[in-house]
Amino acid sequence: MTNYLKMAYRNLGRHRRRSILSGLALAVGTALLMFIAAFFEGEMRSSMETTLRLDSGHIQIRDADYDPDKLSVAWEYLIENPDQAAAQIEALDQVQTATPRLIASGIVSIRDESAGVQIMGIVPGSEANDPYRNGLVAGSFLAADDREGILIGYPLAESLALNVGDQINLLVNTSDGDVDEQQFTVRGIFTTGTTAYDKGIVFLPLAKAQSFSGAENRASMIFILLKDREMADEVAAAIQGGGYQVKTWSELNELLVLINDFSNAYIFILNLIVLGVTATVIVNTLLMSVFERTREIGILTAIGMKGRQIITLFLTEASLLAFGGIAFGSLLGWALSAYFGSVGVYFGDLGISGGMLLQDRIYPYLTLNATINLIVTAFIITVLASIYPARLASRMEPVEALHGAN
Amino acid sequence: MEVAKINNVTRVYKIGAVETRALNGVSLTINTGEFTSLVGPSGSGKTTLLQLIGCLDQPTSGSVVINGKETTNLTRNQRADLRKGTIGFVFQFFALIPTLTAYENVEMPLLLNGKTPAERKQRVMELLEGVDLTDRAHHRPDQLSGGQQQRVAVARALATNPTMILADEPTANLDTVNGEQVMEIMKRLNEKTGTTFVFATHDPRVIKYATRVVTLQDGLIVKDSKEH
Ligand SMILES: Nc1ncnc2c1ncn2[C@@H]1O[C@H](COP(=O)(O)OP(=O)(O)O)[C@@H](O)[C@H]1O
Ligand SMILES: [Mg+2]
Repeated sequence: MTNYLKMAYRNLGRHRRRSILSGLALAVGTALLMFIAAFFEGEMRSSMETTLRLDSGHIQIRDADYDPDKLSVAWEYLIENPDQAAAQIEALDQVQTATPRLIASGIVSIRDESAGVQIMGIVPGSEANDPYRNGLVAGSFLAADDREGILIGYPLAESLALNVGDQINLLVNTSDGDVDEQQFTVRGIFTTGTTAYDKGIVFLPLAKAQSFSGAENRASMIFILLKDREMADEVAAAIQGGGYQVKTWSELNELLVLINDFSNAYIFILNLIVLGVTATVIVNTLLMSVFERTREIGILTAIGMKGRQIITLFLTEASLLAFGGIAFGSLLGWALSAYFGSVGVYFGDLGISGGMLLQDRIYPYLTLNATINLIVTAFIITVLASIYPARLASRMEPVEALHGAN
Repeated sequence: MEVAKINNVTRVYKIGAVETRALNGVSLTINTGEFTSLVGPSGSGKTTLLQLIGCLDQPTSGSVVINGKETTNLTRNQRADLRKGTIGFVFQFFALIPTLTAYENVEMPLLLNGKTPAERKQRVMELLEGVDLTDRAHHRPDQLSGGQQQRVAVARALATNPTMILADEPTANLDTVNGEQVMEIMKRLNEKTGTTFVFATHDPRVIKYATRVVTLQDGLIVKDSKEH
């Protein structure tokens, strides 16, 4: 084996530039694929994470007739005594936190400008609201007994030119199908890093939202975060019943889950395509060297080298080239992923599409699994493709190979 | 002892519609220890005959028997195996592997024969000494003169102690001094080890070394010094 390696290494060194270039093709392909895989993973993680944290939670409990698209606060769609239910659920072992939320639709207006928003009533003290609390860029968070304060997102504040302390007018669709209107003071401005989310939502303390919209002591949902989201089905089963609908994060984000499931297959196919192309570069290099070395192959055959050994010799060359290219490419891909994984790639507001929330900045995330998959696939494809030139070499007749000399 | 026995062999090359009868019914027996020279003008079939004796090629008709073994129906791998232990080659061009040193070139057949590193080392040094090249062991072919390269080729051909060495115009690309030196070495090895040599040449200066001269013309043996 060491002899094959030695010969293969020296043969590659005969046309150093050619070997380096074809190894580089493989390296660039590998690096790119690795970065794409990391980017994809980062995007999936971010959107899953963001969507669960900001939007869906791990489990939601709603009234059996509640329709999340309508945002109606008519009593028949709401949960009665949500505090009590939330407290009971929070007592469960697997539950991190459970908090009631009321969601109504409304319009924010100031001077002659206005914007449609979701009005979310939250229990300010709940840790489920940490993303907003930690995302404060100005002012302070809401207090539970605040009757005039409102929390708005940074993009909304920008577009309406609002500062902390400014007065705004808020219109709400009430429980009895009417509209009510009231003045609020901007207490704080937050950002979650997801523009699409931040520009369309305002927060009021739950009690204020309930009285303002006429929902009284009712809530649209109980928003639940678990210690581990994999336990969602188990917990959901435990709290099923009582005229509620209990939705887990995977039911709430069907599209996202689907995309996540498909992303591996997608990456795999992408790998095959790109590596197929780089493999042809390697095959081309090997073919050239088979034809250049016709006579040498003849000599080796004449002194007793068998077809299998000639195949091994060329496959060793291919493996060495593949190893070099893939190793360098992996390093490059890893460096790219690590760099952008820490600074992020800025995309801005891509909008909410199909219930999928994305951070404005995506942080590529390289998993060990993706790395191993890529390296193994790249190696196998390259070596498999090299079987063709290797077999061609092994089939040369020694006579043909030796002719032309005399 | 018959090392090689060629019975009524023909070899027809076909390139497209053109047929060349390189050998036209040749019978020849090579015995142990002979130092045979195949002579004849260019195109008379010397190389073709050597390739058949060496099992590098197969005849269109007739049979080739090496060490008593019929080779006509052997597969490519079986022929490679047969060559490995019994036949060594020296070609007209200096057929060394350019990426390997003189030492490694000589070692190659030993590797293919599964010899241990210790055995290989001893044998290679012994062989290089036999061709007066101990001091060039770690030079690559491009760092050696033509004569030196051809001597390495001779050492390599001898590595596995073959019963027979086939040399195709081994001196054609060498000047007189180097040519004679290579021939001297082959002759010396022939006398010392009893290895059978068959070499093709049309160089009269070389023929004088032969113990037997076989003359080819148009694919036929027209004269054999052994059978006056
Ligand atoms: N591979 C080949 N294909 C076609 N014709 C060949 C081939 N090898 C040799 N010949 C022809 O066969 C004849 C004998 O060639 P060769 O054995 O090389 O003669 P020599 O070695 O005596 O010069 C020549 O006419 C040559 O052109
Ligand atoms: Mg010839």
